[in-house]
Parts: sequence; C-alpha cells; structure tokens
Amino acid sequence: MNKVLMSGNNIIAEAAIRAGCRFYAGYPITPQNELTEYMAEHMRNVEGGVFVQSESEIAAIHMIIGASATGARVMTSSSSPGISLKQEGISSMAACELPGVIVNIMRGGPGLGNIRPAQGDYFQATRGGGHGDYRTIVYGPATCQELADLTMNAFDLADLYRTPVMILADGMMGQMMEPVVFKKPKPRQYSEKFMLRGAGQGKSKFFRGLILDAIDMEEHNWKLERKYQVIIKKETLHEEYKTEDAELVIVAYGTAARIAKGAIKRLRENGMKVGLFRPITLWPFPELKLRALSKKVKNYLVFELSTGQMLDDVRLALQGYAAIDFHGRPGGVVPTPAELANVIARHYETID
Amino acid sequence: MAKKVFGRPESLKETYFHYCPGCGHSIAHRLVAEVIDELGIRGTTIGVPPAGCAVLAYNYFDIDMLEAQHGRGPATATGIKRALPDRIVFSYQGDGDLAAIGMAESFHAANRGENITVIFINNAVYGMTGGQMAPTTMLDQRTTTSPAGRNKILDGYPVKVSEIFSQLQGTTYVERVTVNSPASVNKTKKALKKAFQCQIDGLGFSLVEILSPCPTNWKMTSVASCKWIDEVMSKEFPLGVFKDNIAAVKKPAEAAS
Repeated sequence: MNKVLMSGNNIIAEAAIRAGCRFYAGYPITPQNELTEYMAEHMRNVEGGVFVQSESEIAAIHMIIGASATGARVMTSSSSPGISLKQEGISSMAACELPGVIVNIMRGGPGLGNIRPAQGDYFQATRGGGHGDYRTIVYGPATCQELADLTMNAFDLADLYRTPVMILADGMMGQMMEPVVFKKPKPRQYSEKFMLRGAGQGKSKFFRGLILDAIDMEEHNWKLERKYQVIIKKETLHEEYKTEDAELVIVAYGTAARIAKGAIKRLRENGMKVGLFRPITLWPFPELKLRALSKKVKNYLVFELSTGQMLDDVRLALQGYAAIDFHGRPGGVVPTPAELANVIARHYETID
Repeated sequence: MAKKVFGRPESLKETYFHYCPGCGHSIAHRLVAEVIDELGIRGTTIGVPPAGCAVLAYNYFDIDMLEAQHGRGPATATGIKRALPDRIVFSYQGDGDLAAIGMAESFHAANRGENITVIFINNAVYGMTGGQMAPTTMLDQRTTTSPAGRNKILDGYPVKVSEIFSQLQGTTYVERVTVNSPASVNKTKKALKKAFQCQIDGLGFSLVEILSPCPTNWKMTSVASCKWIDEVMSKEFPLGVFKDNIAAVKKPAEAAS
C-alpha cells in the first residue's frame, strides 16, 4: 500500500469513493469545500458515480435519502450551520432506517459563528440532533489516517445498522495534510430487501417515517432503541495514551486530543505523569471504559474546543468515581500544545 | 357476455381512499394509476408521496414508494432518479408542499431539468392541517389563518406555479388541468400520460398542475366546489398547456442517436 500526502477533506472524499460511495450531494460551506470539490472532480470518473451540487443543505440530505433508498452508498458533507439544516433529513434517515454518511467539519458557533476550527456541535451530533427519539453513530477522528479508516468504517456501520453515521471533525482536521494509507475496503453486504428499485413483477414496498398509530410508533421507537443498545455494546471505540502510570488523565477527542497529546509529551519530559483518554466513537461514548480507568486514575481534566459539551458525558461516566475538571477554548481558538501544557501543569500541581 | 369497460387499475391497491367526499385526490390517484398501467411501467416506477393529505398515498398506489419530508419530494426524487436513471420517478405534491416549504427543492429540480414528473395538486388551502391559507389561496378567500380573506398587503398573492415553472429553461412539459367534470378528468389523464411519456423518452422535467376541489375546507358542497373551480379558481389559475418543448427536445435527441 502506498502512502500519500493529502488534506483531511480530500482524504474523507477519497476514502468514501474507495468504500463504494456512489452518490454525493453537497452545498458549498467553509471549511469543508475541498471535500465537495474532490467529489465533483472524482465522482464523474467512477462507474455509476453521481455528484450533485444541491440548492441547499436541506436538498442535499434529501437527495442522499432518495439515493440511499435505492441501495446506493451515499454521503453528504457540510459544516456546522449547514449541519443544522440537515437535521430534518438525518431524523428521517433514522426513522426510515436508511444508511448514509454525514460529515461535519465543525466551525465556530453559534449562529454563523466563524470558519475557525471548533467543537461546539458535540451535543447536536451525539444527542440525535434532529427531532424525535433517535441516535446517530458519531466518529471523532483525530488523525488523517483515522479520517480515512473511520470514513470507510462509517459506510459499513451505516449498512449494518441501517442508520445514519456522522464523521465529526473540525476545520483543523479538514484542512491539515498528513500521509495516509488507504486500507482495502470490505466487500459490501446489504440486502436487496432494503432497497427500493421498482416492484418489478413482485410485491410493491414503501419506506416511511410516518406511523400514525401510537402503539405502532412506540414499537418502532423500541425497535430503534434495541438497535442502539447493540451499537453501544459492540461499536464503542477509544484510545488510551500513557494512562498506565498516570496521576492525571486528559479526556479529549479530535483536534483537542491531538493538542493534548503534544502537551502530554512535553509534560512527561518534565516528569509529570499525565495520560490521555480519547473517545473515538462520541456516540456511543466509551462510558464503561472510562469508568474502568477510574479504578486506577482519580483525576481527570476534560479539554474541548467548546465551553464544555463532552464534559457532560464524562460526568455521567465518572461523577462520584473521580475528580473532574474542565478547560475549554471555544469560538475557533486553537491553543498550541505548549499553551495547553502550561494549563495542565498548573492543574497537575493542585492534585494530591 | 358483458364487456368490462371500467375497473380498478392494477397500480391501485384494493382498499378505500381516506379522502373526504368530493376531494380531487382520489381521482388524481386513479388517473396516475391508470396511466402507469397503460404505459406498462408499474414495475419500474418509484413514487414519492408528500406531507399533506396525500401522505398516505403509499397505502393506495401498488408501486414502490418513498415518503418525503414536507416539501422535499423533488430532492428525494432527484436522488432516486440519479441513482436509477432507467426508473420512472414521480413526486406527488400539494400547494403548501410545492409552492411554500418546498419551493426551493421544486424550483431547482425543475431548473436542473431532472427527468422526473411532478404531480401538483392545487386546492388553494392546506387540507390535512385543517384549511389554513396556502401559497395558492385566492385573494379574499377565507381560510382559518386568513379569517377576513387573503389580504394582498399582508399575505401577498396566489403563487402561479405553472406560469413560473414554464419560464425555467430546465422544464420540458408544464400543463394546468382540473378534475371537476368528466371532460376535465379525461383531459387530466391525457396530460398525465404525456408527462410520464416525456420522462420515459428521457426528455426532461414535466409538471402537471391539477386544480382540485376541497369541499371540506372550502366549506362548500362537492357540486359547488366543482363550480367554484370553473367560476373563480380557473380565472386566477387559467387552464392549459404552459410549455410543451417535447418536440423540440426530441429532435436533437433523435439526431444524436
């Protein structure tokens, strides 16, 4: 396998095409435009590949819904304000059990915010985001290699659980370049019974989210919930870095985790026993793994490029088990590892 | 032996419509089903029902169907058609669906010249939600949200979908019809057949706007509703073919092949 140097946005697009994505619809928004442009350039050279520049984020998500229903592997991408617009469709995909991958290259918010890297969409991504009782599988990649690998995995999980999967990265991940190796995609397994391709000579089918009978709707909600419980059990991913002997563990994901790793390397050189717990799936959150770590480590510092959103999940996992503190840089500010090391060092000195 | 002259189309399921007495949806459904049968496309057609009174269209059409969110039918249909270009794809939409919440999706699907068919039911009110003012509500028409009548200063004007869409370079066939008399029902069927044939031939976007009675929300009898279409509604929304580029689009296509 050849190593290639590519930017994050391009890597996601290339990984998607390699994973068999044959339908992409998107609308321009910074800082994810390179993804849309890559799809425009490369989808036309792939057999059966479709690229549509939609009139809106809303149209894009509904276009991929249509294509997903036919059995195509589908993707759309955007950045924070655009992802808000897509929520109607994401809720629909969850309801109709349609697979698809949605990429959010987060920027500063709320509102139009700015186009700098931020992590303010964690709540939206991990709590469903749109209306109704549902969840979305959410990956929080932290390296370009992970962008490639997790994008491919996202398509497999979307098919397996017939549910939307989100790649939650940020402007930094989208714009940075790193060498990457594209793994061989798994052969697709997706039953024709979940595809609408015209009834042929057979019985007609329909896919819908409208279930007027309350008892039937309740059963559909529980059916989805049973699926989410399987996902929680089987698909949770995380990374631990230098936690074996740690006195203090930083909990961070995505770009924040990269910065934290750099900070930890510096702190370790100065003899401070600091480690990192990095959730890779943000939903399902690796709650039990984090709680297990609290048997060894009693001090945690959550670091996010927000005012504290994943912090809630860390509290749910650790409240009563360990001490939890928080450091946040919202609004598009990206501190250097050295700056964060200073913050962590000050905190380290206060722990027992 | 008696000759069978009328029967249930194969593309309609054996069930009763939930529509109110005098509603135009059931006629429009039957006509679409008849046209699908006659063109022999039942097995290759995928329909997209809207949010609105026709949301349960998948209970009636015996073809593959994918429910769309309110107004998003043409985007959903675009996804289906682009993924499966050899299938016949139609979106069935009401006036709120097409001309209010889904105007952007409808306008741009038309402007891209998506090779799909849009069946547009214009009954000048939001039917399912109880008779609120629609984008196509007539000036001075009373609805639950325009109790003093639609006021052009406050509410603007009825949106003329066929007129607007016929101006888009992406559209091939646009016709406005109605279903308030046997003759107009026959005419509507012809228009639907032409629209689907346009798609089958790969000639681009077709739209059939059907002025459709809604006695319940117009608070009229069925007969009075049909009369109102003739005397009032069709004055604001004149019937006829607004665009027929079928021959013009066909020629270069034939020359190329």
